[in-house]
Amino acid sequence: MIDLPWDFSAIPRFFPGFYVAALLTLQITFFGILVGLVLGLITGLMRLSKNKLINSPAKFYIWMIRGTPLLLQLMIIYYGLIDVVNISRMPAAIIGLGVHNGAYIAEIFRGAIQSVERGQREAALSLGMTSTQAMRRIILPQAFKRSVPPLGNQFIIALKDSSLASAIAVRELLLRARQMGSATLMMLEMLMIVGIYYLLMTTVLTFLVGRVEKRLQVSDYQD
Amino acid sequence: MIKIRGLNKWFGDLHVLKDIDMDVAEKEVVVVIGASGSGKSTLLRCLNFLEFAQSGQIFIDGKETNPKSRNLHLIRMEVGMVFQHFNLFPHMTVMGNAIEGLTQVKKVPHARALVQGTELLAKVGLSDKADVYPAMLSGGQKQRVAIARALAMNPKVMLFDEPTSALDPELVGEVLQVMKTLANEGMTMIVVSHEMGFAREVGDRMVYMDEGRIVEEGLPEELYSNPKNERTRAFLGQIL
Repeated sequence: MIDLPWDFSAIPRFFPGFYVAALLTLQITFFGILVGLVLGLITGLMRLSKNKLINSPAKFYIWMIRGTPLLLQLMIIYYGLIDVVNISRMPAAIIGLGVHNGAYIAEIFRGAIQSVERGQREAALSLGMTSTQAMRRIILPQAFKRSVPPLGNQFIIALKDSSLASAIAVRELLLRARQMGSATLMMLEMLMIVGIYYLLMTTVLTFLVGRVEKRLQVSDYQD
Repeated sequence: MIKIRGLNKWFGDLHVLKDIDMDVAEKEVVVVIGASGSGKSTLLRCLNFLEFAQSGQIFIDGKETNPKSRNLHLIRMEVGMVFQHFNLFPHMTVMGNAIEGLTQVKKVPHARALVQGTELLAKVGLSDKADVYPAMLSGGQKQRVAIARALAMNPKVMLFDEPTSALDPELVGEVLQVMKTLANEGMTMIVVSHEMGFAREVGDRMVYMDEGRIVEEGLPEELYSNPKNERTRAFLGQIL
């Protein structure tokens, strides 16, 4: 019998103790995605405008956010801006994750809107709809449906990226694992617990996205 | 009903409509034929302002239309359009498609729109498909829904842009039948189509376009059996 340096029986014992940290992870993710969806829809539509004054700010935002690491963005919001505004950890994490995801979600919406055939808009206009009506009634509903799979993907990335909030002292899953690891000297065991939490949450999220996709398929059935 | 004067349209350097003059009387059915690239679809799309001509005038029901108008959607409302590829709204049922213009543009209350929608679907022979999504329909059924959707707006003119050319041959008849009924009821129609049977039976006039110009026009039977222009003759020889 080889003597392993780990005590895996600690995993079930300490597992429930990560419950609060898991809730924090979920909160950052949920509100981060919410902020991201709102920002993403607005900037995605702005990006599609033919007016330079409208599309340039959106392009600039997407360029800047996608071109720099989320970790850096979080640090700028939490530490960098401290002389101007003092944002506490949780809001900083949510804003950071939201602004970051907004850029990616904007591109998802833009792609989905552009993938709706030209004829759809033409048919709407030929009925006498205004451009806004055509967008709201005809194009956006189809675009939303097409954005569900890539959005689900983005939500899973956001859930995992929320672990970066540990760098600005939010006591979510990863920070909690490191603290518990140091305290108990069982680093691998604690990190594994967190791994299981992430897997559980991403599995549930994947399942939920799949359900939404299925429900949206009612209009696709072919005989 | 429609008067076109000196219409010119360029796509970049390509001059697709050259000084088009055309008149369509009320209740007249005009069939436009011509090779692909002759400008016949573009002409229809200009009448509905899906494309904008660079010069020329378009009068609809006596009123000159201004393509820069903010009320372009009101002009489009008077001109129904049926597309080659149907362009049904896939996220709405057949009934939803038929009444979308009524509820959204004409602001007809939903219950009343449903009554009108039921009548329209009966007219195109699709009463039993009201709750079905377009994906479950055949091409011919889709095109009939598209006709119902356009008719719902009670347009003054109906434009048909190759309405049967995306259909399997056995489905062409049912669409032409609906169009024939419409023509008999006195709808003013401009139809881009090479369906000669339809043109001869229903068309009051046939227009042959080539390279952006109206080369020849006349009674369908005459144009068909005795084309005066060399190009018309060559073209008819190819498609028959």
